[in-house]
Amino acid sequence: MSIWSQLIPEFSFEQVFVEPWTDFLDPFIWIFLMGFFVTAACGFLGTFIVWRRMALVGDAISHSVLPGLVIAFLVSQSRDTLPMFLGAVGAGVLTTGLIEVIHQKSRIKTDAALGIVFTTLFAIGVVLVSIYGENVDLDTDCVLYGEIEHVTLEPLSSVFGLFEAPGSVLRMGVVSLLVVGLVILFYRPLVVSSFDPGLARSMGMNPAVVHHALMSLLAIVVVSSFEAVGAVLVIAMLIFPGTTASLLSDRLPVILGITLVIALLGSLLGMHFALWLDISTAGAISTVIFGMFLLAWALAPRRGLLWRAFR
Amino acid sequence: MALGLLFCASTEAARISDLQETDVWEQVFRFFSMRDEVVRTALLGSVFLGISCGLLGSFIVVRKLSLFGDTLSHAVLPGVAVGYLVAGEKDPFAIFVGATVAGVLGTVMVNLVKKTTHIKEDSSLGMVLAGFYGVGIVLMNRIQKLPTGTQSGVDKFLFGQAAALSATEVWMIGGVAVAAVVMVLLFYRQFLVGSFDLGFARSLGLPAGVFNFLLMMLLAFTVVVSLQAVGAVLVSAMLVIPAASAYLLTDRMNRMLILASVFGVLSGVLGAFFSFLGNSLPTGPLMVLAASTVFTLSFLFSPKHGLVSRWRKRRSGQKRIENENTLKAIYHVRESKGFAGEGVNVKDLASRLNETMEETFRRLQKLKATGVCDVKEIEGRTFAFLNPDGWLRACAVVRNHRLWELYLTNQAEYEPDHVHDDAEVIEHVLGEETVRRLERLLDYPAEDPHGKLIPSLADLQRSLTQGNQGEKATGYRMPNQ
Repeated sequence: MSIWSQLIPEFSFEQVFVEPWTDFLDPFIWIFLMGFFVTAACGFLGTFIVWRRMALVGDAISHSVLPGLVIAFLVSQSRDTLPMFLGAVGAGVLTTGLIEVIHQKSRIKTDAALGIVFTTLFAIGVVLVSIYGENVDLDTDCVLYGEIEHVTLEPLSSVFGLFEAPGSVLRMGVVSLLVVGLVILFYRPLVVSSFDPGLARSMGMNPAVVHHALMSLLAIVVVSSFEAVGAVLVIAMLIFPGTTASLLSDRLPVILGITLVIALLGSLLGMHFALWLDISTAGAISTVIFGMFLLAWALAPRRGLLWRAFR
Repeated sequence: MALGLLFCASTEAARISDLQETDVWEQVFRFFSMRDEVVRTALLGSVFLGISCGLLGSFIVVRKLSLFGDTLSHAVLPGVAVGYLVAGEKDPFAIFVGATVAGVLGTVMVNLVKKTTHIKEDSSLGMVLAGFYGVGIVLMNRIQKLPTGTQSGVDKFLFGQAAALSATEVWMIGGVAVAAVVMVLLFYRQFLVGSFDLGFARSLGLPAGVFNFLLMMLLAFTVVVSLQAVGAVLVSAMLVIPAASAYLLTDRMNRMLILASVFGVLSGVLGAFFSFLGNSLPTGPLMVLAASTVFTLSFLFSPKHGLVSRWRKRRSGQKRIENENTLKAIYHVRESKGFAGEGVNVKDLASRLNETMEETFRRLQKLKATGVCDVKEIEGRTFAFLNPDGWLRACAVVRNHRLWELYLTNQAEYEPDHVHDDAEVIEHVLGEETVRRLERLLDYPAEDPHGKLIPSLADLQRSLTQGNQGEKATGYRMPNQ
């Protein structure tokens, strides 16, 4: 039984809830912001991804990023952000391309094509890592769980002399602003082509362009989030905010607003939760937003299980 | 691009042997003689795994549930953690039980979310995958903080190492494989009907839900016992890829099941073999690469559904259509001259086809290659001659075209000026049987909607046998003239 008592460490309110905002504001504000940016960007975009039944494409991309990273490293012989990013986005685009080729040129359905492509690319990545293991210096834990905490080790870079922040937090901030901005800017084509491609075509929009743009944006978001939350938990960030919000409201603008609230609450609670239990922040955030979904599923007005049981 | 994968797999093999050139044959011999305990265990595990993954994978692929395996393999992580915690050590049986419970919970949640909300199936799969996995990671993090947690070996659950399989684990994989084979043999019909037509299964009085659950349980068992050998991500690959390769090669479920198991075993053995040669290389990814190579081959070269064979079939179809159009044009030219004379002036043919002389000559060369026509120069002008076979074929194409036009105007009440394009397409694909039925339906017509004659099947054959008495089809006139 001793194993169980050791499982949950002692809880200290002071240490878990007060100190991150007072004495240790400097590291924790960056962890919180990184978590928020990742969850917000993924959740905002994820709302559309979920609608278009592409939820598992995110899963596929996040796994096939691995060989992209390894090959980018082997080619450029550096861990600079740009080659890594290009390699990863390249792998993401290759994934969606291969899925489409297999689906269109054979009788294999999309789901199986997806399963074939990303596992194969992932396998290539793992083999490459184990062959060039010594030089690649790729942290497999980082691939699987992500390391939000690493942002605290980065040097601060200043932005126009106004304020200072770690580079990866800045980058993720830019990506989430980009996502929110693009979604607002192209709101109508996005909505119309997601719900009714025929109508979109008759209105002079090109659903294929919207599809490819969304795929590319998805690849960029997944790749930028990858370092922070790892290959698998990206899916949690992509799916949970949008689906939870859609249990709470029918109106798209409201749903998009709720995803941002969920991102805020999730990253905040997740950070404290991780601090208390001494666990990975990414795992904690995804557990918290998973819990939020379960709550909404059980208790949501009109759609919740409880409401339906007593109707 | 698909070739790239193939290439990757083969260069991989080359690399490994380069590394240990001196004793590679010795290594190969050691592997196949199976003297080492490690090799035997890994090989046995891979074979069992290939069988059960191939069998069960076939069902999820045809049910369009390919990513179910992926979901399950991630969703069992919290179960693995709890199993470890309950047993207090890395006990395969406790972990098996914990993981199965988590797998069943995950399955239940996928179905419940689908049933009680508007959320689509793919999202509910993704939710269980990532949500359970997140909880699992939190538990794993805590386990690693425990004093006993460092040797939990949980990282093996993500990448897999068949060489690290213990005898108990191999027996568990074997047990699941035997269970899968027995269940599929016993309930083949039930699984089959449940996979393709749920409504029909219910109307037969089959408890489709029960068999569905049985299949999902078997799947969960397979995923759980396979984790150690191939790792979480790649279990789903072993489920999907061999089955998808088999799906490209056959249209029958029983053959698909057998082929998928064979491919599964093949990939397993090849993976174990290359992993053994490469020493530090992980088994799971190599198995998957072997499976992907098989998939790439059947994607390209499957006799019926392969990319290359379909391309060749399309090419030969296009060639046939082009030749038939040439024959038809020759018929039209002869018809416009009242079927006088044997040959057709190539110049008339070119103007009929709206082509340059060069294009028409190229066309005729292609037709000549099939042996039904000859091109001769007489008094400075070039003529094309058809032999009886070619003439028969030309008449048949024209007949198809005109019959179909008549059918559309008379039976389907199309306007006569709307039927030509449709007939252009169908003339190449109408079979003898259909033509006979059309003739009967239209009461053996003599003229098409535009007042042109329709060469009838019976007349054609009769005149051809007459025309075959000695000479060429020179004197052949349209019979109903």
